[in-house]
Parts: sequence; C-alpha cells; structure tokens
Amino acid sequence: MAKRLIRRKTLDSLGLLFVAFIMVSPVILFFLWMISLSLKYEIDNGAYPPILFPENVAWSNYLKVFEENNFLLYFWNSVLVTGTATLLALVIGVPSGYGIARLKAEKSAVVIMIARMTPGLSFLIPLFLLFQWTGLIGTLWPQIIIHLVVTVPIVVWIMIGYFETTPMELEEAASIDGATPWQVFRLVALPIAKPGIVVSFILALIFSWNNFVFGIVLANRETRTLPVAVYNMLSFEQVSWGPLAAAALIVTLPVLLLTMFAQKQIVAGLTAGAVKGG
Amino acid sequence: MASVSIENSVANAKQKRSKPSRLAPNYWPFVLPALLVVSAVIVFPWVFTLWMSVNSWTLGQPRTFIGFANYVRLAQDMRFWESLWHTATYTALSVVLPLFFGTLAALIFDAKFPFRGLLRGVFVMPMMATPVAVALVWTMMFHPQLGVLNYLLSFLGIGPQEWIYNQFTVIPSLVLVETWQWTPLVMLIVLGGLAAVPREPYESAEIDGANAWQKFRYLTMPMIAPFLMIAVIIRSIDAIKSFDIIYAMTQGGPGTASETINIYLYNTAFAYYDIGYGSAMAVVFFFIIIALSFVLLMVRQRANWSDMETK
Repeated sequence: MAKRLIRRKTLDSLGLLFVAFIMVSPVILFFLWMISLSLKYEIDNGAYPPILFPENVAWSNYLKVFEENNFLLYFWNSVLVTGTATLLALVIGVPSGYGIARLKAEKSAVVIMIARMTPGLSFLIPLFLLFQWTGLIGTLWPQIIIHLVVTVPIVVWIMIGYFETTPMELEEAASIDGATPWQVFRLVALPIAKPGIVVSFILALIFSWNNFVFGIVLANRETRTLPVAVYNMLSFEQVSWGPLAAAALIVTLPVLLLTMFAQKQIVAGLTAGAVKGG
Repeated sequence: MASVSIENSVANAKQKRSKPSRLAPNYWPFVLPALLVVSAVIVFPWVFTLWMSVNSWTLGQPRTFIGFANYVRLAQDMRFWESLWHTATYTALSVVLPLFFGTLAALIFDAKFPFRGLLRGVFVMPMMATPVAVALVWTMMFHPQLGVLNYLLSFLGIGPQEWIYNQFTVIPSLVLVETWQWTPLVMLIVLGGLAAVPREPYESAEIDGANAWQKFRYLTMPMIAPFLMIAVIIRSIDAIKSFDIIYAMTQGGPGTASETINIYLYNTAFAYYDIGYGSAMAVVFFFIIIALSFVLLMVRQRANWSDMETK
C-alpha cells in the first residue's frame, strides 16, 4: 500500500517534470538556435534542412563582430551609460524610497506609476531638442540622463516596498537618543535594507542595459550602446547571419548571466514590484 | 557632496518645521533629490510636449502657433486610425496569450517536482534578454526560405508561412515573440498569488470528491483572481507601448501593416521631424494609456468589491 503510494508520487512528479520541460522547451530551443546560428559559417546557416550542430565551428564570427564593428567601444559605452545611470538612481532613489515609505506618502508613488505608464517616446521629443540646444548631443550624457527615466522609478518603487516592511522601533529608539534623520537613515535603516538595494540595483541594471529606444534617437556613431549597435548591424552594415547572431549573443549574455546568478533576488524583486504595481 | 547638501537641507528643514516633534522627523529632504530628477526628466518634458502640440513645427523650419489644428489633423488622419487598430489587436493578443500560458506555467511550477528551480530559472530568461537581440534572432527564424520555423512546421504538415513578411500574419507573428518574451512575468505574478493560497480548502474539497478541474475553477481561480488582474494591468500597459520588438523586426511594415501608435509616433517625430504633430500624437497616446489603466483599475476595484460581498 505504502509502496504503491510512493510509486504513484514519483510518477506524478515525473509527469510534472515532463510537462514543465515542454513549457520550457521554446526557451531552450530559442537559445540553442541562437548559439547555433552564431557558430556557423554562411554555408551552414543557409542550408536546408537547417543544421543544429555544424561540422566546422565558426568561432571567427565572434572575432568579426569585434574587428569590423567597433564593438569594444559600444560595449564600453553601454557599461558607462548603464553604470552611471544605475548608480545615480541608487544615490537618488534609495533615500527617496525611504522618505516616501516613512511619510506614508503613497500618493507620490502615483507619479512613479505614471512614469511607468508614459511611453518612452514622449520623453524623447522634448529632451532630444533640449540636448540639441545645450550641445550635449555627441556625448554620453543625454543617454545617461534619459536612462534615469528607467532606473529611478525601479529603484524608488522597490525601495518603498522594502522600507515599508523594515521595523520602525530601532529607528525610533535612535532618534530618541538624538540621532538626526540622516543618521537614522544611514546607520539604522540603510544596513537593514541591503537586500532591497541589491535587488533594485540588479533590476535597474538589466532594464537600462536592454534599453533600445533612447539610443536610436540620441546616439551617433561614437556614442552607440550595444542594443543600438546590433540593430544597426542588421539594417545597414551586413546581412550575414553568423556574425549577427554572435553580436546578439554578446549583447544579451551579460544580462542572462546576471539573471542566472541572481535568480532569487530578481524573482523576489519582480514579484514584489509587480504586486505593488497594481 | 550630495550627503552634505542633504544634511544642510535637513537642518534647514528642522528649523522651519512648524510642529516640532522628536518622534516625527522630517522626511521630505530624502524625497527632494528624486523629486527634482522626476520633474526634470518627466514633468518638464510633459509641459514642453503639451506646448509643442499646439504648434506647427518641423525641425529646421520656423515654429508657428496653430492652436488645436494638430489634434484636428490627427482625428482626420487615416494612418493614425489604422495604427490605433493595429495597437488594439496587438495589445489584446499580447495580454490574453501570455495570461493563458503564464497561468498554466505558474500552476505547474507551483507543484513539486525534480529540477523545478533550474527549469523555472530557464523559463524566466526571455523576459531578461535584450529585446533587440531577441528580435534579431526571431527575424532569422521567421525567414520564409531559410528560417527554422517553416522547417519545424513542415513536420506538422503545415506549408511554409511568410510570418512577418505578410501583411496578414505580421501582427500575430510579432505577438508570438511578445508572448515568448513576457509569459514569464505573468507566471511570476500568478506564482506569487498561488504561494498565498491556503491548503485547507483543498483538503476538504478532496473529501467532498471534487475533481481537479472543479478545484481549479471554484477554489484556485477566485483566490488568484486579484493577481491575474494585476498581470492584465501590467501586461496591457507594457504591450500598448511595445516598441523594441516591432521596430527592430518590421519598422511597422510590410507597408504600414504592423505600425502601432508608438511606431507611427516615432516615425512622425524622428523620421519626418514633424515635432508639433508628433507631440500631439504623444499627448493623445498618453491619454489612451491613462484611460485604459483607469478602466482596468475600475474593473479591479469592482472585482474586489464583489469578493467582499460574498464574504
């Protein structure tokens, strides 16, 4: 009797594993095919029926991307834009998330929500003109500034959620002992909120890195970020699939690695952020 | 630098405070920097957009005030109405399909089975992947002659499709990509809801002889309904503004068959440099999004209300 129950349970969980595998298979197939495309010569990429594992592996596709397309520069641009925009967002967003949570000013969070609802393009028209007039176009600053539209709301939003759940007692005790609000924030609230800061940092990083629309308007040949560079390869510079897929993989690999290593934090942050989002 | 100025402003604010109380410190200085940034990159552009929308202004030419003429032009612009229709279809499909598959995936990942954590990690990857990179690879997979998708279809006995290269299949094909990428978000939201579902009702339902479907329909569904609603709201807002995938794959084509409002807006402002008209379009687009969110929030409030009544 007990044996049969155990066998039944194993069967159930194997069945679930099978169904889950089918659900995940479009993801696996996509990334497998992406890798395959990036490692094949033109002849193999044009073959019918398609070849998944080529006989001759074309590592040279990756070299080509860097040699022919200035990809190192664009990679560095992406690092600078995303890095600066994310760090600035933490400096600005963490204290304000704290302030909003302590003020219980949920209404001001509506502003953040509206920022999420506004299409990115409607920020772009006026800021594009502003950057032209101030002569900032041609530097990375326009992109850094406009990426704050992405990063600041993420940080503020997640930090409000975190500071709302951290206990008030310690902070009250500290301020009775004569600590200024700034000291209370820095020495009491901030250390407790470290996990929240990590989550908001990771998510802001990812969404800023992936951003495309700001770049196509504001970047020129020298200031392109990676997503724009990849798009430009598609539209102008070449049509061979191998290097294109290699470039696509290079752009998205840092983000995918981050996703894998920080899966727990990301899932926690997204669920919290999303649930609060309603 | 920043910390010094904040401390100063904290001190200033302390002196000015009308009701001094040790237990209620002033938190506004914490919010101030973000408030400044928000007004610089969000509020200022809005005011400016509103102003430009009542002007006729193509970049490089003189600007003239024309009142609401841009809005009148918009109302008579067939291309705009078509893009509105494309946006509606695209959004509706991009909400419904991820909602269906995401809920299904959440129900599976809520159960216990080997390698669950690993598979869930893989399942979440598409929503984190760079949309342009994703679009690029899908474009190659959609290729009518060399694409792998037509090859896979041939196993099912389905003839080759033109996918994004045909005006009738382009929107469903784009939705396929959008669904592939954003189903994980719905899954995560619903999974969060399922985690909060208590076990006891299921036990008593089993004793009463309820089958799996009945348990899902009468127990799970009502309890995760608020989370489904959140998923609908977030998905609607994201799908209606979708840009990266559409622009990178079709630029609104073939012809204007996949031109959504957002793409038309981009073309108007940054391809034709018709800033005034583009601004008017941005304003109208924004109000459409606000209206949609408002309706969805109302539905949600209503749903909560009826929940309360039955309790």
